Amino acid sequence: MVHSVQSTSPGILGAGAAPGAVRLLPACAGIGLKPQHFREVLDTRPDIGFFEVHAENYMVDGGPFHHYLGRIRQHYPLSLHGVGLSIGGEGALDEAHLARLANLMARYEPASFSEHLAWSSHGENFYNDLLPVPYDRQTLERVCRHIDQVQERLQRRMLLENPSTYLEFESSTMSEPEFLREVLNHTGCGLLLDVNNVHVSCTNHGRDAQAYVDDLPLAAVGEVHLAGFACDQDAAGAPLLIDSHGSPVASEVWGLYSSVIARLGPVATLLERDNNVPSLAALLDEAGQADVVMSARTAPQRRAVHGACA
Amino acid sequence: MSRAAQPGLQAAFSAALLDPDLDAPPGLKAWNGSDPVVRLAVNRNNVLSSLIDALADTFPVSQALVGEAFFRAMASVFVRQSPPRSPILAHYGAAFPAFIASFSPAQGVPCLADLAQLEVLRVRAYHAADAAPVTAEAVSLAMASGERTGELRLALQPCVSALVSRYAVVSVWAAHQGDANLAHIHVDQAESAIVLRDGLDVLVLGCSAGAAAFVTAVQQGHNLGDAAAMGAVASTDFDLAATLALLLTHGALTALQLPPRLDA
Repeated sequence: MVHSVQSTSPGILGAGAAPGAVRLLPACAGIGLKPQHFREVLDTRPDIGFFEVHAENYMVDGGPFHHYLGRIRQHYPLSLHGVGLSIGGEGALDEAHLARLANLMARYEPASFSEHLAWSSHGENFYNDLLPVPYDRQTLERVCRHIDQVQERLQRRMLLENPSTYLEFESSTMSEPEFLREVLNHTGCGLLLDVNNVHVSCTNHGRDAQAYVDDLPLAAVGEVHLAGFACDQDAAGAPLLIDSHGSPVASEVWGLYSSVIARLGPVATLLERDNNVPSLAALLDEAGQADVVMSARTAPQRRAVHGACA
Repeated sequence: MSRAAQPGLQAAFSAALLDPDLDAPPGLKAWNGSDPVVRLAVNRNNVLSSLIDALADTFPVSQALVGEAFFRAMASVFVRQSPPRSPILAHYGAAFPAFIASFSPAQGVPCLADLAQLEVLRVRAYHAADAAPVTAEAVSLAMASGERTGELRLALQPCVSALVSRYAVVSVWAAHQGDANLAHIHVDQAESAIVLRDGLDVLVLGCSAGAAAFVTAVQQGHNLGDAAAMGAVASTDFDLAATLALLLTHGALTALQLPPRLDA
């Protein structure tokens, strides 16, 4: 039984890199950039810390997506968030996909690149879902190998997002925070702390969300995600929360976020909304609530171009 | 030892995602001992519904024509039999029109496959590479080619495509944009279209079968003279000058020039 991670390479950053270097986005609220808001964003230049886009949506040859992202990028910092790299996959990473990511990085120079602790492809197929992995040594070695490969190929530190899950594996030998800690230690990557995912997963697996957060290396958090969830029930009638990104952030998640900010201070915080996308004004309003939470703790970092975040 | 602990876990998990009749893969558990199948259903639903949603984004008029319930049922059959091969979903659904053409429950709406193809061409045009239109100088020079005019080589923007249908799919599509009335359309009337992007806007330009055949011939590498002849064969009312003017107006040509003389 192997008890230490045999990383194939030391990684671009190695272990123990300065934790502050993970915070490359402005320490205030941002929102997802939606095509239906492209024109309004350019016309009104809302006061928001940054925009985040899903990398795969921009892996197209030309047209309006690149036209607008290029123009919006001139005015705002960008977070590039991957949803298709399948870092937890049993198979090798897709080199062509890494090359496409490298092209997007060169073109848009995002302040941050993040991906998920999950798998989404197997064999020839892509499933368009972020699927769970067992937390065992074998998976840990594979995930670390893949993250080393990503960071070397992209020549930068990435952030890894904690997942929302519905199932656990009998073969798991570590808790999720323990697994994440190991990955961060061995690869030098940062943490994208999705507070909604913490609430969803902890509810789904009968765990204490505050204890989960306490168990994480918070100094490695480079970005926070907030989103809404939907409610269902499992076969025993226990609550089963679904990470739907289709509704406003719930009060329990705001409460958990507030406690995270109390520990961390202001940090780039994305309001995620991928379904039932409301008006730009409504998204900005919700993002403003995150700035209020942050400013209640300490003044958020001011953005050079547009002034105050809140 | 640990490597052999879970051979092919993701293979079994993947198969279960797409096949609702399969049991949950072994090794799953829930904290409260409840049946993991109910929890697996969340992932099964995420996969299926998000991919159906992706198709619904590409085929809004096809969905409107047959109704959401029928469309989603049809799309679920397609998703299970042809899941995406790429994490880039913009062009997932390129094979959906061919699937519709062979999907027996859809045969009651015979124009559906061609209508879906028109929607595929629109998405392709939307995301196609940007290229500079041919310059006015190059056009003037080409127009002075005299007896060699037929030898002119044309290149089209990557966004340009042509569709020939036995059905009135252009009118049906337009009716769903509020441009026409569905009740007055004779669906069995053959229609053709050129689809392109002019600036940021994707346009569906109704045209003769000859104009569509001309565009296809140019894309196959035929010179102006041969492509024009193919247009004239496809429809007696093919108007070369009007077709060229249409393409130039929308910046759809990227090159128009004589090939070098072979005897030079």
